Amino acid sequence: MPVGAASWSFTEDDFGAITKSLERFLFDSNARCALLVDRTGQLVATVGEKPKFDPTAFATLTAADFSANDQLAKLIGENDFSSLFHQGEKESMYLADVARRVILVVLFDNRTTLGLVRLKMKATVDELAKFFEQVFKRGTGDGSQPNILAGADDEIDKLFQ
Amino acid sequence: MSMINYASREINCKIVYYGPGLGGKTTNLEHVYGKVSPDTRGKLISLATETERTLFFDFLPVDLGTIRGFKTRFHLYTVPGQVYYNASRKLILKGVDGIVFVADSQIERMEANQEAMQNLYDNMSEYGYDLTRMPFVIQYNKRDLPNAAPIRDLQAALNPGWEVADASRMRLMPDPFHAGEHLIEQLGSGEWVERAPYFDAVAVTGEGVFDTLKAVSKLVLKSLA
Repeated sequence: MPVGAASWSFTEDDFGAITKSLERFLFDSNARCALLVDRTGQLVATVGEKPKFDPTAFATLTAADFSANDQLAKLIGENDFSSLFHQGEKESMYLADVARRVILVVLFDNRTTLGLVRLKMKATVDELAKFFEQVFKRGTGDGSQPNILAGADDEIDKLFQ
Repeated sequence: MSMINYASREINCKIVYYGPGLGGKTTNLEHVYGKVSPDTRGKLISLATETERTLFFDFLPVDLGTIRGFKTRFHLYTVPGQVYYNASRKLILKGVDGIVFVADSQIERMEANQEAMQNLYDNMSEYGYDLTRMPFVIQYNKRDLPNAAPIRDLQAALNPGWEVADASRMRLMPDPFHAGEHLIEQLGSGEWVERAPYFDAVAVTGEGVFDTLKAVSKLVLKSLA
């Protein structure tokens, strides 16, 4: 594995476990939609109302938002900001760090309140943090998933002919 | 940091275009955006200043095809070329899987190229990434300009090669893109060196843009195989 390309994988079981946890959170908090984005800007999962915007672009900007705010935190002597809140007239979003590897983004409107979202989010973040620590520990190489690209050199060559 | 998502059957990889200011990084992405079919690409996002200089990054997701039933999604990013935006440059490198260094071939930009290359090495090593051990290609852009430096001068300045330490790699490796040249070779001094693959380009007309993208994407996927 070349340095700099630490891969991780996300299985259907992972997806099931996360979806369950986030659906419960959405129900309890009355928020509309929750997205999980990894720190490099890749969208991991979306639960709840299907967003009307481009989720890939949204995920990238979320990661950039979080990274920029991390640097701002350092400038004022904090290690990081573990959560961010962006308030709009009708729609708002709350972002929380999960195990320093993933960001949980929650979209909500005036059917709920920031207080309730924040309150219910704490337990979900703790639960997800434990879960993702396991996922990242596993990487891609514990044998639980076959390396789908192993021996795919010919197919890769063909793709770029 | 590539992510294999078995739930959505996608392989996600991150490629960063790095290089000096006004060298053509954004132009590379714009050309890809214009040429690729809209079903296989997402939105081109630019966080730029009013004068169209990249402030934070440009971003374009593209699908390059399917391997073993998994969609290969590449997230292409550019960084701001200007050195005083180094904080945001560094952020973009986080979790990168492959790098394209877009050099400006003009003789007057030689120093800016070298500075950007040094800055790339420095920023990568701060993350603990080793540029010599990951997918990395160089694009010499603006080859159509009359003041473009000869390729051999650019190679000597920006891609002189790094020492090959692994004995199993000490064998002549031809450069598939340039007949008669080698990516790994032994110097007169007996030392084995490896260089990054390079491409000539005129990004405004699209020349060399896809060759560069294909080469780096292929290296990224092979690094996962």
